Amino acid sequence: MERRSKETLNALAFFSLLLLFVFQFTLGPDRERLAAALPGILWLGFVLAGLLGLGRTFVLERENDCWDALLLAPGDKSAIYVGKLAGNVLLMLVVETLLLVLFTFFFNVDLAGALPALALVVALGTLGLAAVGTLFAAMTAQVRARELLFPVLLLPVQVPVLLATVKATEAVLLGEPLSAVAHWLKLLVAADVVYVAAGVLTFDFLLES
Amino acid sequence: MALGWLAAVGLGAGLLMAFGVAPREATQGNVQRIMYLHVPSVWVAYVAFAVVLVASIVYLARRAERADHVAHASAELGVLFTGLTIATGSIWGKPTWGAWWTWDARLTSVSILFVMYLGYLLLRGMIDEGDRAARYAAVLGVVAALNIPLVHFSVYWWRTLHQPPSLMRPGGSMPGMIVAALLVNFAAFSLLYLYFLAKRVRLLRLEAEAAA
Repeated sequence: MERRSKETLNALAFFSLLLLFVFQFTLGPDRERLAAALPGILWLGFVLAGLLGLGRTFVLERENDCWDALLLAPGDKSAIYVGKLAGNVLLMLVVETLLLVLFTFFFNVDLAGALPALALVVALGTLGLAAVGTLFAAMTAQVRARELLFPVLLLPVQVPVLLATVKATEAVLLGEPLSAVAHWLKLLVAADVVYVAAGVLTFDFLLES
Repeated sequence: MALGWLAAVGLGAGLLMAFGVAPREATQGNVQRIMYLHVPSVWVAYVAFAVVLVASIVYLARRAERADHVAHASAELGVLFTGLTIATGSIWGKPTWGAWWTWDARLTSVSILFVMYLGYLLLRGMIDEGDRAARYAAVLGVVAALNIPLVHFSVYWWRTLHQPPSLMRPGGSMPGMIVAALLVNFAAFSLLYLYFLAKRVRLLRLEAEAAA
């Protein structure tokens, strides 16, 4: 288990590095264009890494045929959800931190000044993304074409979180105070609460035999 | 069956009202008449998604197969009528705004609903065991419905160049005949939805019986 999550993390770290190449090639060397697109591509990177990482939430259970063990697990199934969610949030935060470092290094942007505010936005967005992602990963784990179905289900549902995080990141990077994006932060908090509650309440139904 | 005839008569009456009785709109001209299809479509779509939510909750609570069939059928109809809304809106948008599509708030949020419930149908199609499909779809039906207000607000704040809905615009008044034509079409589309829903639920039940 331990070793496997490390594998995922290593692969995701490498994937993040590759993403930077892709962004650089597609945007070209123009600094201003990069600065304007930065909040968007930052979250594009987070979401792409998240899609890959979150989609593997239950890969271990599936490959080792321990799905039935999940079904048989005694007690409250929502504990499994919360545990998986915590693991996913942690994994994503590590990858996101790495991406941020890589961004500052390769694209020569200074994020230090906006860091506390940025951290808040990233944390709220990550929780929302992971909450739905964990639920949908369980949903698609036993389904045909799961690699395809998972992003197809997750992306439309994540539109509110994406819009809110990109807009808030944009404002934060421009040096605006958090109060300027209070409505986006409220939306993110509301989304997080709704998604986590929905996950905790409905996860039980996914794990029935 | 009576429902079908009622819907047919209603649609006929709606067309008659839309083209015969309702006056030609002063600024937009005849193009405005597409509203008689467009607005009832989006109304039916939202009703359909609300029905998906209720039926999904009922299924999760009671495990009644019938509730699952209602959710399934209603989701299909919701996608159909959302598609119809987008199509009629595009046809209206081209002469009025000069573009088939703009990324304005309402267009965007309706199209997000469209892809969200398309994903719901995709999920259903990819699970073979009926019981599992029903459970998973019900969970997704609940999550998707909870997401609708979030989508609405986020998209609204993200981009709002928009005119408020014609029906609820404060101070704006529509001639009585336009309202009447619209109401007839609302009723006709609702009947059509109920008719389709009943037919589709019956079909799903027969399919399930045949498979059993």
